[in-house]
Amino acid sequence: MDLQTLTYLVVGGSFALYIGIAFWTRAANTKDFYVAGGGIHPVLNGMATAADWMSAASFISMAGMIAFMGYGGSVFLMGWTGGFVLLALLVAPYLRKYGKYTVPEFIGDRYYSNAARAVAVVCLILCSVTYVIGQMKGVGVAFSRFLEVEYDTGLYIGMVIVFFYAVLGGMKSITYTQIAQYCVLIFAYTIPAIFISLQLTGNPVPQLGLGSALVNSDTWMLDRLDQVVTDLGFREYTTDVRLSSLNMVAFTLSLMIGTAGLPHVIVRFFTVPKVSDARYSAGWALVFIAILYTTAPAVAGMARLNLIETMAPEPGENLAIAERPQWFRNWEKTGLLGFEDKNGDGRIAYSASDADNELTTVDQDIMVLANPEIARLPNWVIALVAAGGLAAALSTAAGLLLAIASAISHDMLKGMIYPRISEKQELLASRIAMAAAIAGAGYLGLNPPGFAAGTVALAFGLAASSIFPALMMGIFSQRVTREGAIAGMVSGIGVTLFYVFQHMGIMFIPGTAFLGDTPANWFFGIEPNAFGVVGALVNFVVAFAVSRVTVAPPLAVRQLVDNIRAPDHAPPAHDVDLVIHDKS
Amino acid sequence: MPRLTQERAKAYWRRNIALVTKLLVVWFVVSYGCGILLVEELNAVQIGGYKLGFWFAQQGSIYVFVALIFYYAKRMAALDHEFGVDEE
Repeated sequence: MDLQTLTYLVVGGSFALYIGIAFWTRAANTKDFYVAGGGIHPVLNGMATAADWMSAASFISMAGMIAFMGYGGSVFLMGWTGGFVLLALLVAPYLRKYGKYTVPEFIGDRYYSNAARAVAVVCLILCSVTYVIGQMKGVGVAFSRFLEVEYDTGLYIGMVIVFFYAVLGGMKSITYTQIAQYCVLIFAYTIPAIFISLQLTGNPVPQLGLGSALVNSDTWMLDRLDQVVTDLGFREYTTDVRLSSLNMVAFTLSLMIGTAGLPHVIVRFFTVPKVSDARYSAGWALVFIAILYTTAPAVAGMARLNLIETMAPEPGENLAIAERPQWFRNWEKTGLLGFEDKNGDGRIAYSASDADNELTTVDQDIMVLANPEIARLPNWVIALVAAGGLAAALSTAAGLLLAIASAISHDMLKGMIYPRISEKQELLASRIAMAAAIAGAGYLGLNPPGFAAGTVALAFGLAASSIFPALMMGIFSQRVTREGAIAGMVSGIGVTLFYVFQHMGIMFIPGTAFLGDTPANWFFGIEPNAFGVVGALVNFVVAFAVSRVTVAPPLAVRQLVDNIRAPDHAPPAHDVDLVIHDKS
Repeated sequence: MPRLTQERAKAYWRRNIALVTKLLVVWFVVSYGCGILLVEELNAVQIGGYKLGFWFAQQGSIYVFVALIFYYAKRMAALDHEFGVDEE
């Protein structure tokens, strides 16, 4: 069977599965819609969280970034996993005990203020919308490459699928489809990695293969990689520091804090039955994430080695243009891979020096997608990778859209504008909000704003500098006041946006960067993508300072904090009628 | 189930904070310590084909993170039981 038919079959089959699951698990009430009825088993919730969390960036882009950054790429590996430790130890169990539906709702109650809740809604929408644009783009790209349909058509298909299960089923359907999507994506990621590790090192476990010797040789795979990259003039793979140690620390911390502050991830821990389940569930989520995240560095190193050996079949001899392999020609068509024979010798030189380098375009994203073709794996593996990439993008998009929709229907509409709304009306409103969010995200996917490329990193900076500090202080301090929290969130997110915009342009529009994107102007040499941690620090300092000079929170709030700190059953002291109980 | 007395609630919270602090020290040491700040020193040690510092940054820290969360969940369950605040 040819690759095209096979891809249609595998991708079509996976979509049919998602829609079938959505139909069987559709939501009956608001509790189903927002938190899946609160009865998801912690291991299954961990799996759904993993799919929710791992986006097109994790599946498609991350290994490619590491392949070209080497050791410096470790910031993504540690940053995007270490955040779960913060989530499990500092946030998830307490918010589960609190027992309501959304993150802004907690901020509004803890800081006894609808204004704080509104600020949290704005922060949530800012970071979720910037994030979802990237996912919609990922869906469009994956469709256009693998199904050879127009980018726009691919995007519409993706929107219809998400519409089906997210609008009908809410959190309940999203959770069960995410479990299926996790299985598809992890299978699609690890199978090619196992094959490639076997080919290169003879070890079927990629995590061990990266530390093994090459087949028929006693050279370590990583030593060989260091050797070939330095021969081409690049820095040594295993020691290539990203800018500076301080910058790596700041970048990693920003990603970790951002992870622990992303509302669509936090809200997943509202769906398990008990507080202790929330703790274990975070652990299971990280297990399922770690399977991909420990495989990724192996994929990265091996793909880089394979690429270099393709470019120089014999040491010192460059690839002849006429002899370039089929996968190379396929990817040239997409514009993601390109060469220019500068010296006219009929060969393609790959080098670190701009003057000599003739491999002019190598998009990082092709490293994972082209990997099975480079390693000459069977067609069904390539079809599987297409389905896996789509599963990763769709599952994250659905989680983000739900977070946006519930912030609109639950926090804004019911919480602030029209509190007397009935459950039925709220459910309808959340479905309409979801449909509107999908349409909005689709529109932004079709007309990507100029800043789309920088958005995922920005989303983390925003979550790190606004939501995480507000949550942490709300749980661990009883003294932080309404005024403190609002001033902290506004100044934290403000400082982060200001720093990013002054170096990368206002709304990323070129030419509006008033300090210029030059490392010389960077604060302690910290790159803009790594600045969320400084924003978070500003948030903490401002919040504590303002809290010291404002009136302490009322008794009811201190009781609320006391209550969420212990996992037992007593209902919170405040508005009991709203508490959705976890005891069933 | 009766609520904790204020004394007991304080003691429970102190034990929780002590555990979290201890685990965050480990969290910091494996990632920022071994993976970034001490990476050059550790890279002098070779385990199989991995330089040790590089291994911590791209593999080891992630394994430790997983272990930390399960250890925390287990210890907290025991603490909840001891203070009678578990959810059964």
